[in-house]
Amino acid sequence: MALLAGLLAWTAAALAQDGPKAGAEALRALVNALGTGGYSQTSDQISALAATGDPSVAPVLQALADGDLYVREADGAVFIAARAGKIYRLRDPLSGQDAGEAGRKDIDKIKVNNSLRRAIRAALGALTLQAGDPGQRLAAAQNLFKTRDPEALESLDAALAKESDPGVRAAMAEARAALVLLAPPDLSAGLAAVATIAARGDREALTLLKEAAAGQGEVAAAAARAAGDLSQILQVWDLGQNIWYGISLGSVLLLAAIGLSITFGVMGVINMAHGEMVMIGAYTTFAVQELIRTSAPWLFDYSLTFAIPLAFLISGTVGIAIERSVIRWLYGRPLETLLATWGLSLILQQAVRSIFGATNREVGNPSWMSGAFELGQLTITYNRMWIIAFALFVFALLMFVLRQTPLGLQMRAVTQNRQMASAMGIRTPWIDALTFGLGSGIAGIAGVALSQIGNVSPNLGQGYIIDSFMVVVFGGVGNLWGTLVGAFSLGVANKFLEPFAGAVLGKILVLVLIILFIQRYPRGLFAQKGRAVEA
Amino acid sequence: MSEAKTRSLLYLDGVTVSFDGFKALNALSVVIEPGEMRAIIGPNGAGKTTMMDVITGKTQPDEGTLFFEDEIDLSKRDEVDIAQLGIGRKFQKPTVFEQHSVRDNLELALSAPRGVFATLFARRSAEQDGRIEEVLATIRLGAKRDALAGSLSHGEKQWLEIGMLLAQDPKLLLIDEPAAGMTDAETAETARLLKEISKTRSVIVVEHDMVFVRALGVKVTVLHEGSVLAEGSLDHVSADPKVVEVYLGR
Amino acid sequence: MITRRLFLGSDRLVLGFIVVIVVLGILVPVLHLALPESHAFHVPTYLVALSGKYLCFALLALALDLVWGFCGILSLGHGAFFGLGGYAMGMYLMRNIGTRGVYGHPVLPDFMVFLNWEQLPWYWHGFDHFWFAALMVVLVPGLLAFIFGWFAFSSRVTGVYLSIITQAMTFALMLAFFRNDMGFGGNNGLTDFKDLLGYSIQSPGVRAGLFAASALALAGALALCSAIVRSKLGKVLVAVRDAESRTRFLGYRVEHVKLFAFTVSAMLAGIAGALYVPQVGIINPGEFAPANSIEIVVWTAIGGRGTLAGPVLGAVLVNVGKSYFTAALPELWLFALGALFVGVTLFLPKGIVGTARAALAVRRERRRLAGCGQGQGGGEGPALPAASAQLAE
Repeated sequence: MALLAGLLAWTAAALAQDGPKAGAEALRALVNALGTGGYSQTSDQISALAATGDPSVAPVLQALADGDLYVREADGAVFIAARAGKIYRLRDPLSGQDAGEAGRKDIDKIKVNNSLRRAIRAALGALTLQAGDPGQRLAAAQNLFKTRDPEALESLDAALAKESDPGVRAAMAEARAALVLLAPPDLSAGLAAVATIAARGDREALTLLKEAAAGQGEVAAAAARAAGDLSQILQVWDLGQNIWYGISLGSVLLLAAIGLSITFGVMGVINMAHGEMVMIGAYTTFAVQELIRTSAPWLFDYSLTFAIPLAFLISGTVGIAIERSVIRWLYGRPLETLLATWGLSLILQQAVRSIFGATNREVGNPSWMSGAFELGQLTITYNRMWIIAFALFVFALLMFVLRQTPLGLQMRAVTQNRQMASAMGIRTPWIDALTFGLGSGIAGIAGVALSQIGNVSPNLGQGYIIDSFMVVVFGGVGNLWGTLVGAFSLGVANKFLEPFAGAVLGKILVLVLIILFIQRYPRGLFAQKGRAVEA
Repeated sequence: MSEAKTRSLLYLDGVTVSFDGFKALNALSVVIEPGEMRAIIGPNGAGKTTMMDVITGKTQPDEGTLFFEDEIDLSKRDEVDIAQLGIGRKFQKPTVFEQHSVRDNLELALSAPRGVFATLFARRSAEQDGRIEEVLATIRLGAKRDALAGSLSHGEKQWLEIGMLLAQDPKLLLIDEPAAGMTDAETAETARLLKEISKTRSVIVVEHDMVFVRALGVKVTVLHEGSVLAEGSLDHVSADPKVVEVYLGR
Repeated sequence: MITRRLFLGSDRLVLGFIVVIVVLGILVPVLHLALPESHAFHVPTYLVALSGKYLCFALLALALDLVWGFCGILSLGHGAFFGLGGYAMGMYLMRNIGTRGVYGHPVLPDFMVFLNWEQLPWYWHGFDHFWFAALMVVLVPGLLAFIFGWFAFSSRVTGVYLSIITQAMTFALMLAFFRNDMGFGGNNGLTDFKDLLGYSIQSPGVRAGLFAASALALAGALALCSAIVRSKLGKVLVAVRDAESRTRFLGYRVEHVKLFAFTVSAMLAGIAGALYVPQVGIINPGEFAPANSIEIVVWTAIGGRGTLAGPVLGAVLVNVGKSYFTAALPELWLFALGALFVGVTLFLPKGIVGTARAALAVRRERRRLAGCGQGQGGGEGPALPAASAQLAE
């Protein structure tokens, strides 16, 4: 065992000195050595390969970790193999060139266990620390921070000495501090490591500091202090992240509920098919994207630009059709309206199921809505951010329509006093239809937004209908601002309860809280007061 | 003050109710004596209906005191308590139970135990039947006792509702615009009915129709912007320049 | 004396229904058990189970009618009470599996063993006794309805607001029962039942017995509801439905009246659930789905709310239709159900029985006017029982 290790070390050393040809041969010998011996030998072999510092070793180690490295029984040569039917295709591990094929019985997989995988990761980290690409070096440094392989300290120091990129330097310094922290050579190095880690200021730093704090001595005490401070700061960030998630959920609720606050809040119509308007909007997005994918792929990033107006039109038209054919016969009979629109929701769901199938459909994100960025310790995804902005925009637009346009004026007139409005020459049936169409159209737009954060299925709307009603009722019927406040407060409340109670129980708790709230304040957060309400 | 209080059936002092800053009642003080019939008049928004709401417990006063029979603080009770104390109320729009027969309407109103199980096992006694017949005779709907209340004319519904109040046997009756939407003949009949009722109990009538108020011939209270503007006989208050201004000045 | 009070003056249609249901309750089990399978009048097993299921649905619709038809409370959460009753029965059946489960644990049901639970949760105790489970079948839904109703009615939540929070209630229960750590089998619910009162649940005797019990429960509930509706309290219920604030100003505690109706109705729904579960052999959180509860409403609406007999008829008709459609044209069932909702509200707001009664009343009125008979002031819906009650006394 010791002998073998010595031999490997010698080969590695020879490799560094001899010319390229001899080096390549020695390297191959090292690679082929992987095919021999048990786990403990393999561990030494990995260290030896890593010690060469040759970048071409990286794919070999990667293949080993992935379980794609095989040894040929006939000659002990090592290959990367991929199964192709009954046979395996072989590739040269170092050059990556095709090396023929082999039967299943002819080659053996080189087995690895979890501790070996860890070793491979660490070795790969050390290997790439000196790679040409700064991105790779950064990734290697960050990886090393996680694996904390003490063996890598030497190569890390070497890399750190040569490093010129400040960002990579910082990452390497952090990685070094992480390596040093648990077993510092002296007090000052330990304290410096604590300071470096604490300055990093994220959750991983906290974990590390806590680990260090478990030890004895002054470094541990310093780590404990730093951990205390850091966990307080992180709690604030957590709060921020929860608020962000809450706002994000709130914006979704707002989008779903805002159309309802027109049809239910302003017109007093209970539209149980509201969720289906949202669903239709989402399917419109799906259809638009399918069309673009097949006929004009370069337009994909603009797909939402087409989908939004189209969804508004389609859902709005369906809404107007529903109002004209069913709801107008049921004004003043809210319970009957509820039942009839529920029936319509069943019909719409089944219709969509018949056309698009019952399975979930995936709607793609345009490139500007994909990905995420970090803001301090917050992770902010672009699609969520855009949806929040979009929800607020739709809200503002709706406010504008209701407050500043002739249509809005007529709508408010009709809902306040139908007879009077009619006497003033407003065509009330037409306004009813348009108001309902507007509410439904906005639901359609909400569907476009919702398609960006989840799958699209015929049941999509069902999931939102109860929540939407809760938002409208909680905020106070007939009050758009109430809907805004209601949506965001319910969203935030939901996300705050989740960590304590779990997602499902959190939702139940919120539902129960709303039920209790409605029972205490039946008219919601922003109640209209006065005797007119009682009539 | 305390002297007035000891003799009153209903005593309101400084009652204020505001909705979003608007004072529907502004330090209203009214005293009704036992056996008295009082007419309340006033322009729209004077607070007439709000006053009824406060007395019957539908609206809580923000300030002021409300006593029934000198001792019972009404501001601490809800509609049901107040109804059971013996204050009956007729709404502006006639509300009767349209799906019940005239007789059943009266039976429900009849003073009897109101609890869930008491009503579940209740059986109508001969005495109650007699009482129902009596009321039917008073409101002159005996011929329609088995008709559905929903099939009655507007005036008949008003009478039925008054009859229900009678069956309730209250000490004080609050009646909101009983003559609204009635024909002249029906109005006269209603005035006669109210006068008959006031023989045995106190009545407060809110009304717009001056002819009707004159026909009642009772003390009148004029409300304006939530407080009492004038009080006295109809001739007296209609001569008051303040009242004339309120009614004609705008 | 009591029977006299129960039946005298009952609505004739309701009486007829009670008689038919009792006769079915005797006849079907007899035909199922006594006749050989080859006999033309033999009732096959699947039909016994299926029609037993319909009877449970009819009971559920009847329960809803008591609150919706007579008291004006449109509950969109009655499936919750049905489900709770069902779970109470399911728990009894689970505990009676004993060691015959997959894991053979003497006390713990399979799913608990699967979840590595050490012991029975406290709320599962007592369910090995039938009497205890039977008590819980009515108590648990009744208690939930009482607490929920107490909050809702005393804060005067009415109309669609009430409907929506009842829907939220059943939705919350569904989410809760889907959780494994609630201890009700999570997703899969309770199933694989073996015995009921010591007899195999698959045996013809038990099946016939369950059918008879369902019929008896339905007939009993019809008699009970009809008695409630004809009492003075019944008149107060209708008064609350038609003019709530008038009733309050007459001195009735409207919230107590509603609470009574709501609780009784929830208990009936619980019984329906308890009878349903052994006949279908499973109970899972899907029963709490808001869609199920709202389907009950359409049964009641189509039969005619406020008529007692109507909802029974409606539940059976719609479910026969559902059985047919889901087998023959599964794609079309939701279209048909949706169309039912729309059609009933637009064209048949009084339901089948209500509309037929109204038509009958019009004819009788016409005849009275023509022949100048002594007529009883025709009417429809709840007025009719009241009128005939007077004749009977």
